[in-house]
Amino acid sequence: MVSPNTPESTSGAVPSSSAPRAIHDVVIRLAGNSQDGIQSVGGFLARLAGRSDQDVMTYMTIPSTISGGPSIFQVRMGTGDILSSGDRADMLVAFYQHSYDAHIGSLRPGGVLLYDSDHVTPVEGDNRFTQVAVPITSGTVEAVGGAGKDKGKNIYILGLIARVFDLDVQKLAALIKERFGGKNEDIVRNAMLAFDGGYAWPQNNLRDLFYRFEAIDLATRASGRPQVTMDGNQALAYGLLAAGVRHGAGYPITPWSSIMETLRTELPKYGGLFVQCEDEIAAISTAIGFSYTGHLAITGSAGPGLSLKMEALGWATMAEMPLIVVNVQRGGPSTGMPTNVEQSDLMQAIYGSHGDTPRVVLSPKNVEDCFYIAIEACRIARTYSTPVIILSDMALASRIEAFDEPDFPKLMVDPKADLSDRGADFKPYPLDAITRHAPAGSKIASGKYPTVTGLEHDELGHPTGSSKLHTQMTAKRREKIKKLGASLPSPELNGDSAGEVLLVTWGSTWGPGLEALKRINTAGVKAGHLHLRHIHPLPNGLEEIFKRYHKIVVAEINDEGLYGYGQLAMMLRARYANPAIVSVAKTDGLTFKVSEIVAGVAKHIESADLDASLGVSRQSALAKN
Amino acid sequence: MSSTVLATPPAPAGAPLTKKILTADHPTWCPGCGDFAVLASFYRVLEKLQYPHEKIVTFAGIGCSSRFPYFVNTHGGHYIHGRALPFAAGISLGNEDLHVFVFGGDGDGFSIGGNHLVHTARKNVNLTYVIMDNSVYGLTKKQTSPTSPIGFKTKTDPTGAIDQPINPMRTLLNTGATFVARSHATQVNHMTEMMLRAAKHPGFSVVEILSECVEFYAGAFDSSIPRKGGTWSLIAEKKNDGTPEDADRHDVTDEVAAFKLAGQAWPGSFGVFYENNVRKTKNVLEAELVTKARERTKNATDLQLLQATFAKMR
Ligand SMILES: Cc1ncc(C[n+]2csc(CCOP(=O)(O)OP(=O)(O)O)c2C)c(N)n1
Ligand code: SF4
Ligand SMILES: [Mg+2]
Repeated sequence: MVSPNTPESTSGAVPSSSAPRAIHDVVIRLAGNSQDGIQSVGGFLARLAGRSDQDVMTYMTIPSTISGGPSIFQVRMGTGDILSSGDRADMLVAFYQHSYDAHIGSLRPGGVLLYDSDHVTPVEGDNRFTQVAVPITSGTVEAVGGAGKDKGKNIYILGLIARVFDLDVQKLAALIKERFGGKNEDIVRNAMLAFDGGYAWPQNNLRDLFYRFEAIDLATRASGRPQVTMDGNQALAYGLLAAGVRHGAGYPITPWSSIMETLRTELPKYGGLFVQCEDEIAAISTAIGFSYTGHLAITGSAGPGLSLKMEALGWATMAEMPLIVVNVQRGGPSTGMPTNVEQSDLMQAIYGSHGDTPRVVLSPKNVEDCFYIAIEACRIARTYSTPVIILSDMALASRIEAFDEPDFPKLMVDPKADLSDRGADFKPYPLDAITRHAPAGSKIASGKYPTVTGLEHDELGHPTGSSKLHTQMTAKRREKIKKLGASLPSPELNGDSAGEVLLVTWGSTWGPGLEALKRINTAGVKAGHLHLRHIHPLPNGLEEIFKRYHKIVVAEINDEGLYGYGQLAMMLRARYANPAIVSVAKTDGLTFKVSEIVAGVAKHIESADLDASLGVSRQSALAKN
Repeated sequence: MSSTVLATPPAPAGAPLTKKILTADHPTWCPGCGDFAVLASFYRVLEKLQYPHEKIVTFAGIGCSSRFPYFVNTHGGHYIHGRALPFAAGISLGNEDLHVFVFGGDGDGFSIGGNHLVHTARKNVNLTYVIMDNSVYGLTKKQTSPTSPIGFKTKTDPTGAIDQPINPMRTLLNTGATFVARSHATQVNHMTEMMLRAAKHPGFSVVEILSECVEFYAGAFDSSIPRKGGTWSLIAEKKNDGTPEDADRHDVTDEVAAFKLAGQAWPGSFGVFYENNVRKTKNVLEAELVTKARERTKNATDLQLLQATFAKMR
């Protein structure tokens, strides 16, 4: 089959005639099998975007089977803020027939299909898209030469994309060399041969389809620091390091494992250690043990593991021990959909465990925020001597984003334990002040050493059965968390400060939510978007904000439950007793598409404008006009 | 983190630690409970060791025996049922200067905490664990424990226990613990000696002490109390003195011999079953990882390390 873009005559190279067209951003979906190295192409593009001061966001699916299986990596790169990985792709690269079959529906009208002509036969005459036949497999074999293996197809495609989008070849080559540099020379050479092969192909085979990203307004990058690219789990781990965490313990589970792997590798360099324990209960116990010696420690898991940690979390609340617990949410319950995204652990995080256990729950909004929220969590844990749960999710854990390098000299926290002598009047659990433990190893002038305990206790830590003390101590543990709530800044509010609808999101739904707001505003609906990073305690002022809108629509990735409300919506309704709070919830294991949120809002406000705007199936930016 | 392990206690700074100083709340145990004697022995152990007061940690899970930390005036904690060992591992690995003692019952250690026992022991975390075995659940008022003998009547086995109990010594040897001893709450001198040796042992040391619950299992250990017609059988340890008698004595470094002792018929023998001073502790192994990593990074500061890591991610 001949692509409409292949020149009719191959005699004499057809140089790219038209000048590259400027585009704002592009969504490229690579679809193949997990062993094809698709993730690494995505990774190269993401890091290149970071190095070019562009914004970037990726989305990947990893099959939960160990090897093989279909896999995709989607990268959206461009100029200005990139808030979501894109509902639909502008370019689809299909390595196999199954990749084509499964993903052609995700291509925008006017988009570009690049398919491996050695493996894929697309529907003939499908003129919704620009179809380009590329001999990816044979082209790679030819470029690399040698044993005729098609290893390197991914790098071949990377070269091709680099040519089509006029990417910085020198930077890409540097990235490839960095990536493969540690291995032998042959590998780097073969990778560069594949890259050059792919890069040369469009020049001789494509007449147009050349693009260039709009110039970047460098003023928007005010920090003056270069961009870095990483995934949310890395950002979280490094945030903990910056915050002075040097001790941790965990048990492997997807998608949390890479945090513990990073910490296990990094911590010894910083004089710390991370212990792999026999299970999640041991892990949280060991972590609290570290905290007890004065070293704020971290443990973490995904939903099932968080459930195992619950009894110990109850103890940490009772004994008032500082602790960081990371929960990278995935699809549940039970083993559920272990490599999919869900935001269904919110209630577990806030209310799991036994007894009255007021605790702090924070949730990062994007990859960059994973770094900063880790620092904030540590500050809160130390200041209020309390466990803090960070609710991340599979989407944040696995996607790569670019962000400005943090201002480390300003952020670094000294990890030293405070083993200073305590005065004779030292009380571990004063009723009128926030608990400050004397870590084991610190001298106490009175010679009376405290017992930290999960039994209800008096101010000195002695067990008590006194109803009065239980009431007082329960209030003490509650009040300090309320005090934290009172100190929290007003949450981020975008769009109209009053109007028809307020869209509320938490966690990784931030980006699609903000993008949905833009579409809703564009459709002429007065609307705002409020994002909650502090899930528990809630910041002050929400009640007043909610009153300014007719409907408050909470979008989250979990089930609407027995009463028709997602978990955050349920909590907000209980907290504010505001019947205007409604819910948009879903459980397909995928991040929200912007259009899904807009549709959800439209349903609640019955807006003809919004319905109309949804009806427009947007053309790809790559479409030929 | 320093890589030294505790072998000899440093000279005390202030007044010597006495039983008077070490005494805290009055024990809430039933009169006659075996645990009183364990506590009395522990005071003697600390008096002998003279560790700096603030560097001693007394820790426990949940159970009658696990109330222990309230009665000892040291830094300490009362954690959740069965999980004291991983917590104590965090204490031991978190501050190398501390001397960590964990107390608990047979249910706490062998049932709900059984898996933690195996893993804390095999990792050879530097701490001392004392199991006060009364072969019953005391705190919850007489249910079957993993060491209750077949036929013992409890509230959960009103016609007598039917499940095979564990053999504590075999179980402990199997975990890979590097110091395993057995004692009896009626033998204060012996208990003191065992706990003292356990405390001085570099690595995971465990002492199982038969400690009678007078309330729910009176007479459980009479068969090893001479006063009550039982036999007190002490392990004679090899002295390596070349005498013919020495050939029959127990070599504590011989694991096979230790398992043989553990297989003796009830009530068995008391003393040190096994001691391994060769295996490195987890504390030392982790410290070595730090030393190697610091050498590789040429002692870069935390700030330099993070900045270098991020520079690679540009
Ligand atoms: C998670 C949990 N399960 C059950 C209990 C109830 N419980 C407390 S102590 C105990 C058993 C105590 O037996 P043992 O460990 O032998 O200690 P003893 O009281 O005999 O000294 C049980 C089942 C608990 N506190 N926590
Ligand atoms: S119930 Fe038994 S174990 Fe508990 S204090 Fe009384 S005698 Fe001791
Ligand atoms: Mg017991």
